[in-house]
Amino acid sequence: MAESIHDTVVEREIDRRKMRVSDEVAVQITGMNKWFGMFHVLRDIDLTVHKGERIVICGPSGSGKSTLIRCINRLEEHQTGQIIVEGTELTSDLKNIDKIRSEVGMCFQHFNLFPHLTILENCTLAPIWVRKIPKREAEETAMHFLEKVKIPEQAEKYPGQLSGGQQQRVAIARSLCMRPRIMLFDEPTSALDPEMIKEVLDTMIELAEEGMTMLCVTHEMGFARQVANRVIFMDDGQIVEQNEPEEFFNNPKSDRTKLFLSQILGH
Amino acid sequence: MSDTSFVRTEMLAEQDPPPTSVGVIGWLRANLFPNWWNAVLTVLCLAAIWYVLSGLLGWTLRSVWTAGSLSECREVMIATWGSTHGHACWGVINDRWLQLLFGFYPPELYYRPILALLLLIAALAPVLFADKVSPRFLYVTAAYPFLMPWLMWGGSIWTPVGVAAGFAVAYLVGRAPRGAVPGLVLGILSAIVWWMAWFGFPVQAEVLAAGLGEGLAAISPDTAPFWLETVESRKFGGFMLSVMIGVVAIGCSLPLGILLALGRQSNMLIVKAICVGFIEFIRGVPLITLLFVASTLLNIFLPPGTNFDIILRVMIMVTLFAAAYMAEVIRGGLAGLPTGQYEGADSLGLNYWQAQRLIIMPQALKISIPGIVSTFIGIFKDTTLVSIIALLDPLGLSNSIRADTDWNGIYWELFAFIALLFFIACFGMSRYSMYLERKLKTEND
Repeated sequence: MAESIHDTVVEREIDRRKMRVSDEVAVQITGMNKWFGMFHVLRDIDLTVHKGERIVICGPSGSGKSTLIRCINRLEEHQTGQIIVEGTELTSDLKNIDKIRSEVGMCFQHFNLFPHLTILENCTLAPIWVRKIPKREAEETAMHFLEKVKIPEQAEKYPGQLSGGQQQRVAIARSLCMRPRIMLFDEPTSALDPEMIKEVLDTMIELAEEGMTMLCVTHEMGFARQVANRVIFMDDGQIVEQNEPEEFFNNPKSDRTKLFLSQILGH
Repeated sequence: MSDTSFVRTEMLAEQDPPPTSVGVIGWLRANLFPNWWNAVLTVLCLAAIWYVLSGLLGWTLRSVWTAGSLSECREVMIATWGSTHGHACWGVINDRWLQLLFGFYPPELYYRPILALLLLIAALAPVLFADKVSPRFLYVTAAYPFLMPWLMWGGSIWTPVGVAAGFAVAYLVGRAPRGAVPGLVLGILSAIVWWMAWFGFPVQAEVLAAGLGEGLAAISPDTAPFWLETVESRKFGGFMLSVMIGVVAIGCSLPLGILLALGRQSNMLIVKAICVGFIEFIRGVPLITLLFVASTLLNIFLPPGTNFDIILRVMIMVTLFAAAYMAEVIRGGLAGLPTGQYEGADSLGLNYWQAQRLIIMPQALKISIPGIVSTFIGIFKDTTLVSIIALLDPLGLSNSIRADTDWNGIYWELFAFIALLFFIACFGMSRYSMYLERKLKTEND
């Protein structure tokens, strides 16, 4: 997996007033293990995410960071341990899974927009069919969020007509239309050209400023430094180190972390 | 001075292309005569086309249109051209075209298949041209599966109404319980109970009397309102029969094929095994074998005395045959979708059927349009195989027309006419699929 590493400088002043972390727990993972066939991809993961936290997960390729956040909305099934999302435990009960998925938004590396639907239809589909919201109301909500990600004028176009950065912002808007309580980002900028990364990061920063609980797998260390309140470093399917960004970048404790940071920040 | 350094001092103005590369001359040069070898090939091809066409057109156009028998045709040919060679005798078509279209359907009832055809067009229009035709026509589409058999076979309207009501009962009962599986099971069971009650007991007249007033019950079936004269299956034939079997097979095989394709991809082991087994078995057996099963073997298995209509049996077999092929075509379309589409749908909380209906199928079917339409065309032409089991499709009829002493020995004219009928239908389907592909093309692909 080719992962380009960027350190885009976020130039704007960040409003930290709303970015307070509450005591309430959003996601609770205890003793979670996962295997792909015989391969032990996640090992004994313990992670508590509080409401309003912005967590950046980094680590080398194949360290299991994507798999970890994909377990939170059960795109991947974990084998042992417990995952509780917003008070609901993830089991094989389909009702719980659909409920959790409708409250956890997700953005993918390759956007995964629906190419046969317009931007507006992409954004209204799930609210109409899952939340049973009337079409007009769903369209109003969709336009609100499309304005928020600054592409309302593209509403009638198809995903293929938009640039990568625009598509990723649509994907964010599409998730937001479901009014999620938690947002998962799986390398949202890795497939983008450098000049488009900033527009996506700006959108994510705005989201953070509004107090959204976010888990981001990303290599954008500038974003991690400025927005995250916690950085998690994973290697070999384990959480190796986690800390506040300042401490994590300036004073890493583990050798693996030091090696990783020297590799991505060393040039 | 270095060769790598260059600065343009004067910009060049735009010029017209040379005359030999544009216009008619340009086109001829580029496409027909680019060099001497291609020029020779062009001339040779044109000569070959001329040779074939002159023979064919001469045969088609310098022909006899009115004659009551082949010998009469030949007399006219001798009188006009001095030879019977190279002239078509369209008299047979003139004489028998109604039979080729309708088989032995009673001529005074021809309005019924024609009405059924017109209704078919009205029923297909909102499906095929959803953006141009009012969705109100969908009521015709919904009623058509029940109306068509009534129009074609005749009988009491209460038969199709009873069948349709069974579906309505299944729908209403199926909605009642929570959950898809109990709903499905209850719905199917209630429909079966309904149909047994409706058709199993000779109380229809009494049911009617209770429902519509006692006067009705006294009326004999033949004079009852909405009673159509019955036409037996053995009188069906001609292009009408091909269209009937073809339309049913095409209409039913698509949904069945979708279900089979989904079943084949399912995680549920038994569902998957059943679907794979069905598809592989049907695809491994020639259609003619299945038709023989329909015409002879089925009678052995059915309880004695049951009268299971032969055309209905053939329709079921052709549908199953087409569905197996359809399932594989659609599986190809499903395989063409990136997993990201499934994940995108899952991450938004859409359940399995919503994701299939709204995200996966629209894209998979769009990819599979050429394959689906090829299967449709293939199955429509395969309906001519029913002549093997003595149903009088156009080819079967051409044999029985030749059996008449008037037309003994006539082949080409009949086959040409039948070919023309099939060509019109198949070419229409082919064009429609190209139209649909163009229409569904969003600008990203």
